[in-house]
Amino acid sequence: MAGWSRHEGLAVGLPLAGIDTDQLLPARFMATPRSAGYGRFLLHDLRHDADGAPRPDFPLNDPAATGASILIARRNFGGGSSREGAVYALIDAGFRAVIGPSFGDIFAANAVNNGLLPARVDEATAERLIAAAPLALRVDLAARRLEAMGLSIGFELDDQSREKLINGWDDIDLTLKHGEAIERHAAARRDAAPWLWPAVATETGH
Amino acid sequence: MTAPRTLFEKIWDRHVIARGADDAALLWVDRHFVHEGSHHAFGKLADRGLAVAQPALTFGVADHYVPTRAGQAPGGAIARMIATLEDNAARHGFALFGVGDPRQGIVHVTGPEQGLTLPGMIVVCGDSHTSGHGALGAFAFGIGATDVAHVLATQTIWQRRPKTMRLTIDGRPTPGVGAKDMALNWIATLGADGARGHAIEYDGSAVRALSVEGRLTLCNLSIEGGARCGMVAPDETTLDWLHGRAYAPQGEHWDRAVAQWRALATDPAAMFDREVALDAGELAPIVTWGTSPEEALPITACLPDPARVKDPARAGTIAASLDYMDLKAGRPIADTPVDQVFIGSCTNARIEDLRVAAAVLAGRRARVPGLVSPGSSRIKLQAEQEGLDRIFTEAGLEWANAGCSMCVGMNGDVVAPGKRCASTTNRNFRGRQGPGARTHLMSPAMVAAAAVTGTLTDCRPLLEGRSV
Ligand code: SF4
Repeated sequence: MAGWSRHEGLAVGLPLAGIDTDQLLPARFMATPRSAGYGRFLLHDLRHDADGAPRPDFPLNDPAATGASILIARRNFGGGSSREGAVYALIDAGFRAVIGPSFGDIFAANAVNNGLLPARVDEATAERLIAAAPLALRVDLAARRLEAMGLSIGFELDDQSREKLINGWDDIDLTLKHGEAIERHAAARRDAAPWLWPAVATETGH
Repeated sequence: MTAPRTLFEKIWDRHVIARGADDAALLWVDRHFVHEGSHHAFGKLADRGLAVAQPALTFGVADHYVPTRAGQAPGGAIARMIATLEDNAARHGFALFGVGDPRQGIVHVTGPEQGLTLPGMIVVCGDSHTSGHGALGAFAFGIGATDVAHVLATQTIWQRRPKTMRLTIDGRPTPGVGAKDMALNWIATLGADGARGHAIEYDGSAVRALSVEGRLTLCNLSIEGGARCGMVAPDETTLDWLHGRAYAPQGEHWDRAVAQWRALATDPAAMFDREVALDAGELAPIVTWGTSPEEALPITACLPDPARVKDPARAGTIAASLDYMDLKAGRPIADTPVDQVFIGSCTNARIEDLRVAAAVLAGRRARVPGLVSPGSSRIKLQAEQEGLDRIFTEAGLEWANAGCSMCVGMNGDVVAPGKRCASTTNRNFRGRQGPGARTHLMSPAMVAAAAVTGTLTDCRPLLEGRSV
């Protein structure tokens, strides 16, 4: 995964609260291999009517939002299911950042793991940006600031997530550097609580 | 003397291998559950040519995609998803509770039931309702595919330390009110993101009085309030429930384990970042009316009216939910006609759930069709030994096999567009049970009552004089 620290793009507003991951990626698309691309599934059932035609009044279908790479949402974005496919759908549709007052914990972790920024701002700021969208917006990860409408706005993101996004770090490589400490920990744990390694792991039923 | 610590802090401290930026730590994982939906993670592992680090601590379960209705054979993508899990289990050498295995069931039902989840553990799974395992006194949470691949490759996970929150529920609930109502009540009170960033410890007399089954329901729904996890400190109820389970420690190991588990309880002087208290004694059965679990009300209440809500964003959300659910503002929620019912899912398909639903349905006919899918194959067998299956089928409901089934509809069991389903599941999101489906969440007793009357209805009169 490539790291990034600055991004400039078009931001689209999604004036809805509680966009859960079932909306971001309906369950029936989850068996799709990643290589097939998830972008067309993004918010599928909100974007399309029952016959599969795009709803003209849905913000992402607005021709003025074509090519948007930043999404501004209301509170509790990405709650619900842990499906990482919800993040794949955003990434594959071209998004680099989601801005909103709050995110589901698991969604936020998945986002960072895939190079998508979950930037937290207060509700009033989110509303102001939504009201002005679509609009040009600049993200500065190192400074944790957004620039839009001639304003500079701070956003919240923890240090670990910021480092990961900027460096494009892969956790597995980082963790394997702790190999010895992991082995020591496992051995001590096994000494203290041997039952955690169940002896019947190959049992075939009874 | 170490400083007083909470249950959560004791488990966290015990698992820290290394520390990262700010409050992040590399934690050891004691138990990792995978299911058909873990295919992305195995793909990532294969791309990098990595092996599973600890196959003996990894357990696979077929649940999300398995067919649950009699005579249904898996085809196409569903068969492929199940076969992929079987291939990965064989390749990496971890145990699999696959289709036809007597231990098969929903991962969050069969894991605890087999004694695979134990107090003091860190338990993870690529599924958000992993929070349920905390009922046994474990720190258990759902993760996404990248983190699943990380756990497979290293048996560890990076986590930022959540804040702690104690949710104390006191009082004695009236018969017909239980763990599901307590959970929906706190989520309605605090909001669907009300516990975001927090590890919840449930405590109080109403929680202590719950069976492990009830605690599993309560902790399962923690994620619907946005919590990182939910947990209950192990007590005699926990120990009685765990003793003799297939993978639980035995003999001398059991005694050693119990000594460790008893020491896990939150120290009396320990402080939580946040304290919330609720009273279960005043609760009526709760049902959801909207498209988020926070949109829930007592069955005795009236629907909200967006015209009376000042905040325009909030009013808009309420109006959109009422519109999707085809409900009228301000009207009583009771007596809303339903088209079908579903009893199942990792939230409410354990033996006690089936017993209370059967208590309502015994000798009665359902006015609407419905599906009953036990949480595990073992529970299915037990229910049949107790004759519960006959109560359901004689009432006109369909008795199905174990799996996620109509909770998420991945196996093809969906609620048709526009249909209204009274459901014991955990998510009333738009389209969760199928595109256009309308879901009302409630307890098993409430779903059974909805089946009997064909409407959303208070289960308490229907339980009168019946033993549960
Ligand atoms: S029963 Fe529903 S909520 Fe539980 S694991 Fe299965 S799909 Fe997820």
